[in-house]
Amino acid sequence: MIRPQLPDSLMILIPAYNEGGAIRRVVTEVQSLLPQTPILVLDDCSTDDTRTEALAAGADVISVPYHLGLGGCVQAGYRYAYDAGFSYVIRIDGDGQHDPRFIPDLFAALRHSPVQMVIGSRYLNGKVPATSFARGVGIWFFRQILRLILEKEVHDPTSGFVGVNRQALEVFARSFPLEYPEIEALVVLQRRQFQFAEVPVVMRRRMAGVSTITALKSFYYVLHVLLGVIVNILKYEGKRRKG
Amino acid sequence: MDRLLNVVTGMSVLLIGLVFFAIRRAHIRVEYSVSWLGAALVLLILAQWEWALGQVAEFLGVNDAPFALLLIILSLFLIVFYRFSLIISDLKDANIALTQKLAIIEYQLQHVQEKQPPSGNA
Repeated sequence: MIRPQLPDSLMILIPAYNEGGAIRRVVTEVQSLLPQTPILVLDDCSTDDTRTEALAAGADVISVPYHLGLGGCVQAGYRYAYDAGFSYVIRIDGDGQHDPRFIPDLFAALRHSPVQMVIGSRYLNGKVPATSFARGVGIWFFRQILRLILEKEVHDPTSGFVGVNRQALEVFARSFPLEYPEIEALVVLQRRQFQFAEVPVVMRRRMAGVSTITALKSFYYVLHVLLGVIVNILKYEGKRRKG
Repeated sequence: MDRLLNVVTGMSVLLIGLVFFAIRRAHIRVEYSVSWLGAALVLLILAQWEWALGQVAEFLGVNDAPFALLLIILSLFLIVFYRFSLIISDLKDANIALTQKLAIIEYQLQHVQEKQPPSGNA
């Protein structure tokens, strides 16, 4: 069972749903780069061999008994990390798109700057990555919305390559958006006057499987996230139940 | 008008009967049956008591009593659905929190069991 071994310890969180074709390589890559860092794979009730592959690679695995969706799955990892006493959590995707070589950059930014969250941004290194037209429009749209709300530019608001410190971990362990959490999470942080920074990263193609985002789902995504952002702005925080 | 009121009366009685049947069979919890019973009772009273329906129609500024009755039916069902949306949202939040905690406890339990030496059962 993973526990923080040192003060200021980091945990790598990998949410995975049907990533049996990639998860072993992702875990192995992280282990070879950061051999002492605990890796927790959150298996979101996969129907393939994600759990077996992750265990075979040497990761610890928490499997939720039914499919919660990305937000619910990530929140379970945050809950565990917070209760276990970790100071930092960096989340990478289980499909291999996030290059673990950038984890130290995110960790350094988390430790040495006064921000509560760090985002790995694919738009900061001068190269504009190839992306679909619909996704490009969506990212541009949410950049404008978030600029108004956060009064700050977010170059890559849909990036799931993020690191949080213990302050943000405490908040997210209690309250985390369930579907498409990245953009709403920024609003949740902003409501608590937390800060974030972006770190340049290079994102790769997924190692296996296909994206579940279709054109219709992209439209649903925009509507859902927009509504989620508005709800998070309006949310009454006075009466908060203990989760 | 009379036919409409009779239909509403019949539907209200049927709804009350169904709810009681469901309560008796434990298919619905009593606290969640209250909304349906309340809505059915209001409809039954208005359908059987024309004076009250006339007063409500006048209050709503509607000349046509049957139209007022339809408005009331719609409003009552919207209120009931809203109440159930709140209940479902609450249940979903609780369900997710329980699922996460269960998964974490299961993970911790596995590790505790792995650490325990095998029992010496003959």
